[in-house]
Amino acid sequence: MLYFVARRLVSALSVVLVTLIVTFALFFVAPTDPAGAICGDRNCTQERYNEIKDNLHLDRPVVQQFAEYAAGIVAGRTFETAGVTQHCSVPCLGFSFKNDRPVTQMLKERLPVTVSLVAGYAVIVLTIGVFVGSMAAKRRGTLGDRALMSSTLVLSSVPYYIVALMISLYLTILYPILPRGGYTPLTENPVAWFTGLLTPWLVLGLYSCTQYARYSRGSMVEALSEDYIRTARAKGLSDRVVTYKHGLRSGMIPVITIFGLDIAGSLAGAIFTERIFDLNGLGNLVLESLSNYDLPVIMGTVLVSSAILVAMNFLVDIAYSLIDPRVRLA
Amino acid sequence: MTTPANDDGKDVQDIMPETSETPDAGAAAAKRGPAVATRERRQGATNPSGETPYLVVEDLVVKFPTADGVVSAVNGLSYSVPLGRTLAIVGESGSGKSVSSMAVMGLHDRKRTRITGSIRLGGDELIGLPENDLMKVRGDAVSMVFQDPQSSLHPLYTIGNQLVEAYRVHHKVSKEVAKKRALEMLDLVGIPNPVRRFAQYPHEFSGGMRQRAMIAMSLINDPKLVIADEPTTALDVTVQAQILDLLNNLQKEFGSAIVLITHDLGVVAEMADDVLVMYAGRCVEYGTAEDVLANPRMPYTWGLLESIPTVSAANEKLRPIKGLPPSLLNLPDGCSFNPRCPYKDRVKGELCTTQLPELLPVDGAGAHTSRCHLHDKVSIYETEVAPRLG
Repeated sequence: MLYFVARRLVSALSVVLVTLIVTFALFFVAPTDPAGAICGDRNCTQERYNEIKDNLHLDRPVVQQFAEYAAGIVAGRTFETAGVTQHCSVPCLGFSFKNDRPVTQMLKERLPVTVSLVAGYAVIVLTIGVFVGSMAAKRRGTLGDRALMSSTLVLSSVPYYIVALMISLYLTILYPILPRGGYTPLTENPVAWFTGLLTPWLVLGLYSCTQYARYSRGSMVEALSEDYIRTARAKGLSDRVVTYKHGLRSGMIPVITIFGLDIAGSLAGAIFTERIFDLNGLGNLVLESLSNYDLPVIMGTVLVSSAILVAMNFLVDIAYSLIDPRVRLA
Repeated sequence: MTTPANDDGKDVQDIMPETSETPDAGAAAAKRGPAVATRERRQGATNPSGETPYLVVEDLVVKFPTADGVVSAVNGLSYSVPLGRTLAIVGESGSGKSVSSMAVMGLHDRKRTRITGSIRLGGDELIGLPENDLMKVRGDAVSMVFQDPQSSLHPLYTIGNQLVEAYRVHHKVSKEVAKKRALEMLDLVGIPNPVRRFAQYPHEFSGGMRQRAMIAMSLINDPKLVIADEPTTALDVTVQAQILDLLNNLQKEFGSAIVLITHDLGVVAEMADDVLVMYAGRCVEYGTAEDVLANPRMPYTWGLLESIPTVSAANEKLRPIKGLPPSLLNLPDGCSFNPRCPYKDRVKGELCTTQLPELLPVDGAGAHTSRCHLHDKVSIYETEVAPRLG
């Protein structure tokens, strides 16, 4: 088991390294002129332009620039802008000259918002979504199953942003049944943290529950038709134990794969939710930096998102091996 | 002849309320005449050995309503098994042998199955029993050994975990006590190094060892009836013999009744005390193993025996029973076997294609019964079939 974890960890780290190189390469492949962008269209003298280029070390060889960037992540580095020396502490993901702040600092500010949002979302889809799907699988073919499945299909056919906007408009503004969205740090005021996130959690969570219910139903129907489920019933176990112990353990394996990727994707930015419910998370940061051409921030978010994706895949692998002993051999 | 006293008038209970037709015992008996119904009931209640049976199945009917029509998987099956005896149910795929045994275990989906007739276990009626009561019987008084231990054991739980679970469903004991019992059972079924094996997963077991573990699991609650559904089909031949020996020895030790479902007449010869041959959901021949194997009285049984390849006739072609089993959606009129029966034209008139033969004693009185219109069964078997069997 330890060997298995170590091997997966090594492969995860090498993927992060490759991502780092590719992200950095993007910076150069992209048809942009970072110095020009920072300098701006007006009042940009050749002198100022050159100074920025020099500060960014854009005149140095690509390999050296990469080495500096990579070294910054593990050791920190300093930047000079307009004569002022800025320190960028570990892990330094670059410096946003547009905002005059280190990228890491900006990410640190935004990440907790997105993590809070996604954590609540994960709880909802894994409990309600999976439970509804399992229940439908247990009662497959009945009227309840069909009603449930067709209603989830209808709901998931409506674009998410329409649903979220409508709920935001009707249930939080026109008829304020649900609290308005907003972010207060958990450490500052747990109650405000909870109420501010409740509506986005419910909207994002319940909408995705329709997908999760369908996935879980599918894999549970398959699991419940296995021979070992018949064996479990022949032992004299109750239907509940058979479904939620013997069935769910096998039925969850495909759902966990989707869950891992979905969570990684949401952490990279639940853009609609953050926009609609006024949460300043990673998604909003990405939008802002894209419209500003703030390349260091874009690079930083891409790198963090891909690291999260790799980490989630690693966790999914570990979860697999805990659920299915046969995976440990592979 | 032993007829349990409690079955008067209440031996038929529907699980599902009937809508269109009402195939209860009264209606079915009226169609066939009262004499037949009485005789068949007595047939079921007794056993070819004459001992008091533990399991009594009477006039069991299992139907599955589907989109294409009603599948009649079992059509009025009666048999009985006393403790310490083994009944082999033989037949092709789709003859209803597994379906009828699943009905004994109450494993059919209640919403999709119509079961009528009577299944009594030690005198207690199982049909119509609520799920919660049936749960207490399953795995305790009756247990099942399945065909393929690879797919019948849960791949994600250790063997030990599955055994302990099976014991604790029916015994309120601590995990430690259950573990001790599980280790005992693993040892009993001949699994070496039970302590290490206890913590292993099914994929770490060989096929034979897995089936041993499956048997250990099914015997852990000391059941009075074990239903073994083709327990050796998924195993190779040497392991088959070991597993059959094991079942035989354990039966001597536990004294349980065994219902062995198989299509392998070699297994029947080795294991069975009684044999019931099924075709298209009906019993076509029933008697002691000696009677049925040595003096079969039904062309279908002859066909089964003839289809066994012999070593001495290695160069000969195999002799299959020509044709296919009938669709259970639409059984042929008369004898279900008539479209495949090579002796059909020996019966006068259209009897075979119009009238279902009754299950009658082959020599007028004994416990060996068969369902066939042929009058000269004995001479046909002795002059034509027996010489071909080698």
